[in-house]
Amino acid sequence: MDIHEYQAKEILAGFGVPTPRGGLAYSPEQAAYRAREIGGDKWVVKAQVHTGGRGKAGGIIVCENEHEVLEAANTLFGRKLVTHQTGPAGKTVYRLYVEGAVAIAKEYYLGFVLDRKSERVMVVASAAGGMEIEEIAASKPETIVRSVVEPAVGMQAFQAREIAFGLGIAPAQIQQVVETIIASYKAFGELDATMVEINPLAVTEDGSILALDAKMTFDDNALYRRPDISELRDKSQEDPRETRAADRGLSYVGLDGQIGCIVNGAGLAMATMDMIKLAGGEPANFLDIGGGATPERVAKAFRLVLSDENVQAILVNIFAGINRCDWVAEGIVQALEDTPVDVPLVVRLAGTNVEEGRKILTRSGLPIIRAATLAEAAERAVAAWQNSQKHNVKIVVAS
Amino acid sequence: MSILIDRTTPVLVQGISGKIGSFHTKEMRAYGTNVVGGVVPGRGGETVEGVPVFDTVKEAARLTGATTSVVFVPPPFAADAIMEAADAGLKTCITITDGIPAHDMIRVKRYMRRYRSEARMRLIGPNCAGIISPGQALVGIMPDHIYLPGSVGVVGRSGTLGYEAASQMKELGIGISTSVGIGGDPINGSSFTDILALFEEDPDTSAVVMIGEIGGPQEAEAAEFVRTSMTKPVVAYVAGLSAPKGRTMGHAGAIISAFGESASEKVEILREVGVTIAATPSAIGETIAGVIEQAA
Repeated sequence: MDIHEYQAKEILAGFGVPTPRGGLAYSPEQAAYRAREIGGDKWVVKAQVHTGGRGKAGGIIVCENEHEVLEAANTLFGRKLVTHQTGPAGKTVYRLYVEGAVAIAKEYYLGFVLDRKSERVMVVASAAGGMEIEEIAASKPETIVRSVVEPAVGMQAFQAREIAFGLGIAPAQIQQVVETIIASYKAFGELDATMVEINPLAVTEDGSILALDAKMTFDDNALYRRPDISELRDKSQEDPRETRAADRGLSYVGLDGQIGCIVNGAGLAMATMDMIKLAGGEPANFLDIGGGATPERVAKAFRLVLSDENVQAILVNIFAGINRCDWVAEGIVQALEDTPVDVPLVVRLAGTNVEEGRKILTRSGLPIIRAATLAEAAERAVAAWQNSQKHNVKIVVAS
Repeated sequence: MSILIDRTTPVLVQGISGKIGSFHTKEMRAYGTNVVGGVVPGRGGETVEGVPVFDTVKEAARLTGATTSVVFVPPPFAADAIMEAADAGLKTCITITDGIPAHDMIRVKRYMRRYRSEARMRLIGPNCAGIISPGQALVGIMPDHIYLPGSVGVVGRSGTLGYEAASQMKELGIGISTSVGIGGDPINGSSFTDILALFEEDPDTSAVVMIGEIGGPQEAEAAEFVRTSMTKPVVAYVAGLSAPKGRTMGHAGAIISAFGESASEKVEILREVGVTIAATPSAIGETIAGVIEQAA
């Protein structure tokens, strides 16, 4: 789960990471009020959206008086920010964060990730701050300092010092940077984060250290024991299709294609999407309804996939194990009776009691295009999509 | 023969009294798996599915001689259950549980390192379908009838995609020595390389099918192992060709977050070391059939 910059800063500040003075605003007036509250003569108005690259997309505006703050807020509120991470749909700005501007002497990158190779927390830092880490890795890999943390004892001071010296931090600031690294690591470990990124970590002209931007991502599997973090979820930043899916306990990722997919199991769902692509189509979504594939889940899945207006054909691919095909087939029939599907529907069943399952589909008399193999299912779904237009289809039942 | 489990392997079921644990205990026993006991703290002395229940893994192992356990314990308590199995000196622990926090798995892996490598438990999973040595034993949740006994080893992250591969192979009359699900989590017990090494040493495995997916370094590490240490032919399919970068595709570990983690990059890395690539998930069966024919 992702959270906003201001939330990440609040959390990190609680662990002892120095952050600039700032305040949250839900309206332009409130933004101006926040600026006055913070004081000074220069502010940064920052769109709170779950994406990187906000600066380039025009989501961060520097202001020199309250009038400019008001104007910047007027421009940003309700605007859709499109960055390289959001896709063409973009993300809408509903919250702004107003911060006192600081005079920056030097910017660093400080990140914490779960390193899958070492199976530990890894610190990734660079003296080339302000850029994204992918950019740094591509253009200035020699500036990157890495350090893996031993989980039994956690981050040690010497390790944080090595990182700080490795970045070329001046002796006067070493202690502050060490404290920042240790505090961030603590936040990472104690709150079940999977990513913490401070970029830039700035040395200001008056010699202090400040986290100017911060990002945190949390482990969805650990949210049950982090109720305070769960509360930070902002549904306005999610794809509404994905929110609906998550609320129904389905694993869904919205994509840009036209063929909706309903599959049991994550690997098989990815494989089904691959087959659609290889057959010349584009999947509209990833959807794993879980190994069980109960009738209720199938029905929920149909409603979810149909709520996507781009969907012009649906491919159901279920490999039934312990749950038998006849039971899954009954679920599909029941779901179709409750939720009529107005686009071509291809169903492929495999596994336990497959013959029974196929018979149930045929007997139902529903306009279902059947397929025996994964390849056949993808080809038929793509063909059905190509031959038909939404809301005006003649469906042939394959024998 | 087989790897990891056979018809004699004495198995404990951790979390045997739950709905899922008791159901699969029944299925496993019906297949012929030697289930010797269950563990549920506070339920020692009871019987579930005709199997004696113990309070602790140590006690269960001492009294039954179990060497292997399968974990159905819910996510908040699963890491604890795995560490208990490791401390009881079990040889193998197969964790089916999906949804264990990643930080718990870091702790589990660190904890297991306190044992010398010879005495260290082998963890399979979490978030996996388990292991089956067809015709001998099933320790997991897969539908057993789609697996034909034979000499091809199968290792993969995904449950149902593994079923897909097994049934394609059965259609073509190709049998399996052992099929191992290593699970879809970012931090897991055994890697592709760990299992490939076991298949390489197993005299009754003649070729291996490896089913990878986007995310993480394990397919690339496996490629390096194939290049340096594998004499048996390997067929691979990598799922997620059409998966976008930076999005988690169901499995917590199925996310492209670094170079070399996309399906096409992994396929390239595997192809370079001589692994035969199944171009589509529908072609896994025929690809391994072709490789077997060539080797014969």
